[in-house]
Amino acid sequence: MSRLNEMNTKSAREIIARYPRPKSALIPLLHLSQEQNGYITREAMQHLGELVGVTSAEVYGTATFYEMFKFEPVGKYLINICGTMSCALMGANELMHHAEKKLGVNAGGTTPDGMFTLAHAECQAACTEAPTLQVNYRYRLRVTPTDLDNLIDNLRGGKLKEEFPPHGVLSKVRQIIPTDRAVGAKDPEDVNESPAWLDGKAAL
Amino acid sequence: MARRQGCTVSKTYVHAPGFVAGDRPKIVTSRFEFADSYTLERYLATDGYKGLRAALSRPANEVHEDVKSATVLGRGGAGFPAGVKWGLTPQQVWPRYLVVNGDESEPGTYKDRLLMERDPHQLLEGCLIACYAAGLSQCFLYIRGEMAVAQERVAVALNEAYEAGYIGKNILGSKFSVDIILHWGAGAYVVGEETALIESLEGNRGMPRLKPPFFPAANGLYGQPTIVNNVETLANLPWLLNNGVAAYTAIGTKTSPGTRMVAVSGHVKRPGVYEIINGTTTFRDLIYGQEFCGGMRNDNALKAFVPGGGSAPWFTPDQLDLPFEASQVGPAGSMLGSGAVMVMDETTDIPAAALTLTHFYAHESCGKCTPCREGGTWLERILRRVVDGDGTDADLQQLLEVGAMICPGAFPHAANEELGLKAVPFPYKMTTICFVGPSAFAPVHSALTLFRSEFEARVKKRVTIPVTAVGASA
Repeated sequence: MSRLNEMNTKSAREIIARYPRPKSALIPLLHLSQEQNGYITREAMQHLGELVGVTSAEVYGTATFYEMFKFEPVGKYLINICGTMSCALMGANELMHHAEKKLGVNAGGTTPDGMFTLAHAECQAACTEAPTLQVNYRYRLRVTPTDLDNLIDNLRGGKLKEEFPPHGVLSKVRQIIPTDRAVGAKDPEDVNESPAWLDGKAAL
Repeated sequence: MARRQGCTVSKTYVHAPGFVAGDRPKIVTSRFEFADSYTLERYLATDGYKGLRAALSRPANEVHEDVKSATVLGRGGAGFPAGVKWGLTPQQVWPRYLVVNGDESEPGTYKDRLLMERDPHQLLEGCLIACYAAGLSQCFLYIRGEMAVAQERVAVALNEAYEAGYIGKNILGSKFSVDIILHWGAGAYVVGEETALIESLEGNRGMPRLKPPFFPAANGLYGQPTIVNNVETLANLPWLLNNGVAAYTAIGTKTSPGTRMVAVSGHVKRPGVYEIINGTTTFRDLIYGQEFCGGMRNDNALKAFVPGGGSAPWFTPDQLDLPFEASQVGPAGSMLGSGAVMVMDETTDIPAAALTLTHFYAHESCGKCTPCREGGTWLERILRRVVDGDGTDADLQQLLEVGAMICPGAFPHAANEELGLKAVPFPYKMTTICFVGPSAFAPVHSALTLFRSEFEARVKKRVTIPVTAVGASA
């Protein structure tokens, strides 16, 4: 089943309601869908289109622009090894070669058991801790070939589940806006007045 | 408690980048020394949300005036003063929005991620102050997709702050009400450009809009006035409101007051993200100073460094004594950009180093402008050929010619006084909408100009076959 399940559909409607226009929720919703299924399916895009009121082609158009959305299954653990300048200066290429040998796949490939997808990534914003990698978008820093071997062995042995949730899961915490605290989103067409606190007086 | 579940994933980094002991002024990293710096408890125990209270007890326009007179410079790359930016919105057009640019992905840069992971409440307080001062009625916090832990920390902080009455309806019991919505991207460098960020936030492909006319302050999200501010810029505001303009401008120089976070990576002894004094700290202090990087690794010689993120033209040891001051780095031919110094020692293979950056920009081109989409790819392919030893001397000329189609005229233009750009490190002359195109050329141009012999050593001389020799008729 690749449409959003009941619980996620409920979350999706909550997320949509936070934006002045529904289409803005598209990227968070695509993440929700990827969290549920591990990748983005055609049925999912159809469903998201229905939810935000655009065609599935428009959903596809948006989704394909972004690197993180996958349209076919990837390994349970997506290992992204950074190769941009700071990491390259500190041995990222060697690390990538080592990973390719260890996993037996080239960059971009998935191991036959479906456990790992290895990928070359661009700057991961951890440059002072080079070379870096991310497993399902969570960091390992100053990675040596031995570290990498241990990491892969541990993941394969079912350890580190707490630290690295399956591919598709990003934040483990969702934003919750209590209904009694929410201001609520309005379509900009319906707002013509200046905010209440701009009356030239202190708010407190 | 369920709302605290995110804290279980927290890990204190062994190397703790972003915090250095010492009595230098710390405006945005003051809480980094605490293991629980990201919690509401710690935040409240260390002056948290006092800046907001100070702001709300004054009229909004006065708070705006403060930010203007403190000259809080934008920390995202262009260095435009935040207070001035807020003032560019057209009169009497409502609603106005705040979009927080947390899509940090410039090569070499990371400070916003640390600020979001280590001190999310400080950022939220900054957002609230900005919304109050500039009359912005909804805030969207756009965090880079690949930063799962930052998203988690900010989500927890938002939930805590909503419950405690710092965000939402009638904040602290006042007439000020604003929602902050957590939004996140999905991996696209170009979305760090403000108009592309807005496109992405509208649920579209993240391609930049042509400006003018679409300066976000006038015509941004849903066509409404929109302020796009960087995470670090906003993180400065709580301290500013708490301590006053005089205390803020007492640090740094008149044109670059306060501090800024700089990530120094590459071949130094102690790479790290340092909060430095703006305007006076020099690159030499940063690379060789004992309180910062402590010199080059193995005491090797410095070959070159990138002063302001992957897009910036490179500097050599001659420019070490330049301070972090846009009006001096600009005329010297580069820019401070997003606060990222990448250091290369004597062992560096310069053409290969330039290739990693050019590959990055070619890869991240959104494809909207032909010179960037095609030119970036050409630059990468030609450069790769040269690095692999398959290039010819004609390729070196070709690199410059392709670059000139993205950035016509003398490059870089920062040093071009004819353009009146003395104090402004940007913009380049360019045939593209945004800076991704020129950025693909910057490393090639720098490397080729500064270290031409390294390129010449790996190319073959091209043999020209005379045309008449082929099938010339009698």
